[in-house]
Amino acid sequence: MTPLELNSGDTAWILTSAALVLLMTPGLALFYGGMVRAKSVLNMMMMSFGALAVVSVLWVLFGYSFAFGNDVGAGLLGNPVEFLGLKGLMADDPSAGLPVMAFVGFQAVFAIITAALISGAIADRAKFSTWLIFIAIWVTIVYFPIAHWVFDFTLTDDSGAVTHTGGWIANNLKAIDFAGGTAVHINAGAAGLALALVLGKRIGFRRDPMRPHNLPLVMIGAGLLWFGWFGFNAGSALSAGNTASVVWVNTLVATAAAALGWLLTERIRDGHATSLGAASGVVAGLVAITPSCSSLSPVGSIIVGALAGVFCALAVGLKYKLGYDDSLDVVGVHLVGGLWGTIAVGFFATEAAPAGVSGLFYGGGVDQLWRQAVGAFAVLVTSFVITYVIGTILQKTVGFRINEDDEISGIDGAQHAESGYDLGGAGLRGGALLGSSSSKAPSTIESMSDKEVSA
Amino acid sequence: MKLVTAIIKPHMLDEVKTALEAFGVEGMTVSEASGFGRQRGHTEVYRGAEYTVDLVPKVRLEVLVDDADAQDIVDVLVKSARTGRIGDGKVWTVGVDDLVRVRTGERGLDAL
Repeated sequence: MTPLELNSGDTAWILTSAALVLLMTPGLALFYGGMVRAKSVLNMMMMSFGALAVVSVLWVLFGYSFAFGNDVGAGLLGNPVEFLGLKGLMADDPSAGLPVMAFVGFQAVFAIITAALISGAIADRAKFSTWLIFIAIWVTIVYFPIAHWVFDFTLTDDSGAVTHTGGWIANNLKAIDFAGGTAVHINAGAAGLALALVLGKRIGFRRDPMRPHNLPLVMIGAGLLWFGWFGFNAGSALSAGNTASVVWVNTLVATAAAALGWLLTERIRDGHATSLGAASGVVAGLVAITPSCSSLSPVGSIIVGALAGVFCALAVGLKYKLGYDDSLDVVGVHLVGGLWGTIAVGFFATEAAPAGVSGLFYGGGVDQLWRQAVGAFAVLVTSFVITYVIGTILQKTVGFRINEDDEISGIDGAQHAESGYDLGGAGLRGGALLGSSSSKAPSTIESMSDKEVSA
Repeated sequence: MKLVTAIIKPHMLDEVKTALEAFGVEGMTVSEASGFGRQRGHTEVYRGAEYTVDLVPKVRLEVLVDDADAQDIVDVLVKSARTGRIGDGKVWTVGVDDLVRVRTGERGLDAL
């Protein structure tokens, strides 16, 4: 088989990886859903599912073109009309190693999870309709261009002529971001911080107990995230080969080390190793290894992962010290974990790994380190500033935060007319809830039966 | 007649119920309760943030008894509900003026 023939093994792996990454978003819904109070579990999960719905459609309409169209200026944006509606991408091209649609699908799920990640910063208090509008605007002017910066590589043909021009971080800066530490995690973390500041603190923040209502959900969610993340990282090799295999092992071991790092930090600081700590450590490790998984050795991955667990466990306390309500620690886990993983490449990268670059600790000097820092900082500032502006405009026009009464009684009922649980019990709670809506329920049932009769 | 009420640890319910049945008690009412005594609940930690959980889960068990049996039943309750650790609960007795069995209309001791 020559390299130019369609590789069915690679294609199968990328399509499988895309499905794995898609599962991360419902996994995130469980992870986040378990961490909020019972009265707002559905809204928390709906923000992830909402991201899934909105971003999928926009990706096909113009997102892919914004991100992976030929560059239209300084590496900042892909040609918005080149692949509008994915035109011209359905034809079978036997000379391509991988069908372009497999790549389209794989990258779509990255856009989805990035938008969904932001929701953790604004739990319990964002209008669902405004959230959907926010996502549509945010992916269009923040995520799609940044994905172009980071993921769109310039391509050349056999004679060396450029056939496709990509984004500035991947090609000019040459920062290593294998699966999206900057584009996904720093991006979502900075956006989460901006939105947390725009929307303000939850009512009762630091005063009322806001304990996670279902830690088993959190654990299931973290497990699904880890499972899907193998597609996220190893799939980013875009082939089923050695790079994917190294990345897979690094993803396993960095994550495990981060869970240990978080648990040890908790044990020393708080006296207990908690399940929420284990789940959070897993996610922190996954975030940190995302940019660095192709450039570290497995032992380097253990070090980077363990430190990610320690750093993120310490960082989640920042919100109490600094007074912003990043409800589910998008900043503490994704921004801090993403920054650490991206910068860590500059320290721990080894030439023996598939990326073939040496960091400071492996004799490479500071060359890669500054590239990593510039890439991370550029994405952080861009995402924070633009998100802050989008959030403020939405807050002042259509309104972003729900009213006080709805927030106190629970966003699920106010925004979705549903409640997460009907546990029955002695019938007292269910009865009380039914009592409050008793005038409406029977008439609804009557009108339904009327319709059935007339039909 | 007396109403004996016991607040006990939830996991002691089976043992207490068995002891009361062995003593000859034929009916009781059990309900979920929550509250705190001198131990003041406990502390939980989530991502480093501490929460004091004041109201701990308890079971409230109520038995209507003849005056003559009241003291013995209190003893059975105290003995069977005791673990010796903090939070074992309390048992108290109050007088009951009247009692009616709804099905038959029987009153007083006949309705017990």
